[in-house]
Amino acid sequence: MAQGTLPRQFHDWFASRGWRAHPHQLDMLARADDPCTLLIAPTGGGKTMAGFLPSLVDLADSPHQGLHTLYISPLKALAADIKRNLRTPVEEMGLDIRIDDRTGDTSNTRKKAQRADPPHILLTTPESLALLTSYEDAARTFKGLKRVIVDEIHALAESKRGDQLMLALARLQSLCPDLRRVGLSATVDDPEAIARLLARNPDPCNILMADPGPDPDIAMLQTEEHPPWSGGGAAYAIPAVMEQIKRHKTTLIFHNTRAQAEIFFHNLWLANEDALPIGIHHGSLDRQQREKVEAAMVRGDLRAIVCTGSLDLGIDWGDVDLVIQVGAPKNVKRLVQRIGRANHRYNAPSKALLVPANRFEVIECVAALQAVRDHDLDGDPRGPGPRDVLCQHILLAAASGPFDADDLFDEMTSAGAYADLPRSQFDACLDFCATGGYALKAYDRWQRLLQRPDGLWQLRDPRAAAQIRMNAGTIQDSDTLKVRLKRSRGGRPLGEVEEGFAASLTPGDTFLIGGQIVRYEGLREMTVEVSRNAAKKPKIATFSGTKFATSTQLSHRILKLFRQDDWPDLPQHTADWLHLQRAMSQLPSHDRLLVESFPRDGRENLCVYGFAGRNAQQTLGLLLTKRMEDLGLAPMGFVSTDYATLIWGLDAVTDPTPLFDPHVLREGVDGWLAGNALMKRSFRSAATIAGLIERNSPQGRKSGRQATFSSDILYDTLLKYDPDHLLMQITRDEAMRGLVDFSRIEEMLARIDGRIDLVRTDHVTPLSAPLFLEVGKVRVDGEAEERLLAEESERLLNDAGLSA
Amino acid sequence: MQTVPFTLAGTRLDALGSGALWWEERRILCVSDLHLGKSERVARRKGTTLPPYDTRDTLLRLENDLRQTNASTVVCLGDSFDDLEAADALSDAERLWISRLQAGRQWIWIEGNHDPGPVEFGGSHLAEFPLPPLTFRHIAKPGKSGEISGHYHPKVRIQTRLRSISRPAFLFDSDRVILPAYGTYTGGLRSTDEALDGLMRNEARAIVTGQVPRLVPMPRQIKPASSSSGR
Repeated sequence: MAQGTLPRQFHDWFASRGWRAHPHQLDMLARADDPCTLLIAPTGGGKTMAGFLPSLVDLADSPHQGLHTLYISPLKALAADIKRNLRTPVEEMGLDIRIDDRTGDTSNTRKKAQRADPPHILLTTPESLALLTSYEDAARTFKGLKRVIVDEIHALAESKRGDQLMLALARLQSLCPDLRRVGLSATVDDPEAIARLLARNPDPCNILMADPGPDPDIAMLQTEEHPPWSGGGAAYAIPAVMEQIKRHKTTLIFHNTRAQAEIFFHNLWLANEDALPIGIHHGSLDRQQREKVEAAMVRGDLRAIVCTGSLDLGIDWGDVDLVIQVGAPKNVKRLVQRIGRANHRYNAPSKALLVPANRFEVIECVAALQAVRDHDLDGDPRGPGPRDVLCQHILLAAASGPFDADDLFDEMTSAGAYADLPRSQFDACLDFCATGGYALKAYDRWQRLLQRPDGLWQLRDPRAAAQIRMNAGTIQDSDTLKVRLKRSRGGRPLGEVEEGFAASLTPGDTFLIGGQIVRYEGLREMTVEVSRNAAKKPKIATFSGTKFATSTQLSHRILKLFRQDDWPDLPQHTADWLHLQRAMSQLPSHDRLLVESFPRDGRENLCVYGFAGRNAQQTLGLLLTKRMEDLGLAPMGFVSTDYATLIWGLDAVTDPTPLFDPHVLREGVDGWLAGNALMKRSFRSAATIAGLIERNSPQGRKSGRQATFSSDILYDTLLKYDPDHLLMQITRDEAMRGLVDFSRIEEMLARIDGRIDLVRTDHVTPLSAPLFLEVGKVRVDGEAEERLLAEESERLLNDAGLSA
Repeated sequence: MQTVPFTLAGTRLDALGSGALWWEERRILCVSDLHLGKSERVARRKGTTLPPYDTRDTLLRLENDLRQTNASTVVCLGDSFDDLEAADALSDAERLWISRLQAGRQWIWIEGNHDPGPVEFGGSHLAEFPLPPLTFRHIAKPGKSGEISGHYHPKVRIQTRLRSISRPAFLFDSDRVILPAYGTYTGGLRSTDEALDGLMRNEARAIVTGQVPRLVPMPRQIKPASSSSGR
């Protein structure tokens, strides 16, 4: 097709900067009137400009009343960043275009002004957009809207935030039928899937693929020191990383978890003899502190930033010329996208170094490097749109005004993820929103939504709209507490830690936050009070980071590697380590099941190397712990990776055969799904999104747990009295996204065909050691807890000189 | 039935794993903070429609304890209803169920801060119920002894060698026992909270609820070494 041509004004502006428009930018201009276009381009390819160009050209050409273009990004910081970047061309070309952003950080006065008198271009997030559509005056706010740009859509497509966004777009499309949609994405394995999400069903969607640019220059960091057997801190690599920082202009150092980032930053700082400016950036830090680091970064004042996924998305960080990934990149796609952060200049290869934190990760890194070279991106397809998000959207629609159920159904099924939603399921969601949807009809008087005589649905109590808006959103934060210096007279907080972590502290404990070691003093009014502490060894902060989606194909590459007699391709230390595993135990193979058993820290451990992928290992973990509970082995928890499941409990397994009997495992299937901690976790999330549990109340966030009771109680109650309730169905669907059907487990057991090797050792084996650091542990409640309590009761009473 | 026995004012009492208290000599079963009708009140006041099965679940557990003990008297220590309107709004089936539990027994409703007035159910309605040497009331009164009360929904956190366990618990010392909340939709207050820590004597103990109730020293606030202990 013909490429678009730049209007003179734009051509001149590009020329004044010494630029020429990329072909894909002109393509986007040519397709300005198509209903839906998805652009796939590498970072640095002028992707954002490609998205905005049609809007800028249109606005330069003809004056426009009200909102013209809506831009949505997954990160608040990104919206602010784009505002800065867009203003340059607009001001330099002297265009009369008003640009503003709207996020959770925008003041209420500005937000009100934006609704009454919107700018031409509004930059926002999915959450803020969902809220905007929930106001009575939404039709007026969006009047005249012509284009919507969804940036970093590959990141949104992976989560419920994307589903929420697409439902909001469906809403906008009803208000503005001629709305054009544009999606901007980094390199992905399945562009068609993202196109289906983006387009109004059944509209077609163009897919434009920009030149992917040269392959990244990516390697494993060579170090003098050997990586440890296990451990996530990568402290051994500090001198080598320091050397790299010195050799580059700006280095981004990515970590998989916040705790790892904190420890690494601390160690890096201790080794920073030249006092290079190095910053830390992650989601638990206070906003002001994050913004300070971001600003310093944009100014080019920092030589390195230690960070987590909070820096992951396409923020323009200027002159980053090296990306270092510490810890195994379990998801190859994420790795490639991260590498894209380096060197924003298009057509120059991005440079990245992998730093395995332990020897198992050396193997993973080697496998990941092979995958990158083979352009082998991985990813899990997502199922149909989740119904908890649908429930939330019904409530938001009700907050904006009375609606007709048929119209709303038509609107929602125009979102790709909900295209196949049966009417019966929609009706069940509506019934849930209206009455709670219980088998026992109890809320005739207090329905949330009422059907009026004219057939329209509306809120029973209009004041509920504020409540519904307060609880909008799909991001699940675990409860966090602010951390402040004691006697700082309300000074700014250092950051946040999870409530569970705070509860585990006793005064005098030290931990890392924001790169400094602090001493826990006490808890006051829901704030963790700390003092500065000069200790060198902190008690580690265990706030969780991002749990990476992992990939099954890496595990196939690794099993293949294990078959070799020797490993000339691996560093010597890692080859030695594999030989040691072979000597102490064995290396896992395709047609046998290796099971290791060993004591550690007063617990008995069982490590099952199924190499079946995380979802299957997770399912196996649930089934095995259920079976162990029945056999009286008192399991306490498990954790799964793509390769293995580690189970810990009070008693050792001496005979694995009865554990893996397919017939008995199958009988456990019904039971395990019901009672376990994974289900309760999914329920909590679904119930919050669907509006059954309040996240926020207008009186402010609830403090402490005194007044509230745990969502586990609601789950147990439904399980007992209304097991087929909508939320229980959603919970099962959600849990199954991270699990597999029993048939897959049966296949694995058939492959092994009873060839189970139980190896008992005195201590942790080389291959099992890294599992102790995995995040995503699942707790098992049962006999173990009763036994521990009995033991502790006896001990305490003996200590106190009392006998039970 | 596994219980943890203890003595208050020379009287033997048994703590049940369910959170009920059993005075065998008088055949009295005592429960606190049932909060019947809570889901209805939440819907009325906040518009959230929680699973409306809390009342039947609470009654089911109470029925089970009554079957096990064959109590001749039941004392509900207050906050039996989430509020007085919730009491009125119970379904016919739930009302009938309560009447069935009451049949052939003496039943005493003590007033609580959530239900500070008479409700339309059989039995006696009292502000407090003295039965020497013991007195039943909703909220503990500092300085009194031989007292059985509720109100605070006490819970404890026990750090065992491998896991920290948090559960509703009885707290008792030589003056009083405070019962955990019995109702299904109830949260708890840590024993280390000032309200409970300040109320109980230094030697107070806790009985953790669960399959089998367990006796432990009451977990306390950790006080700075410099300040002297209160009592």
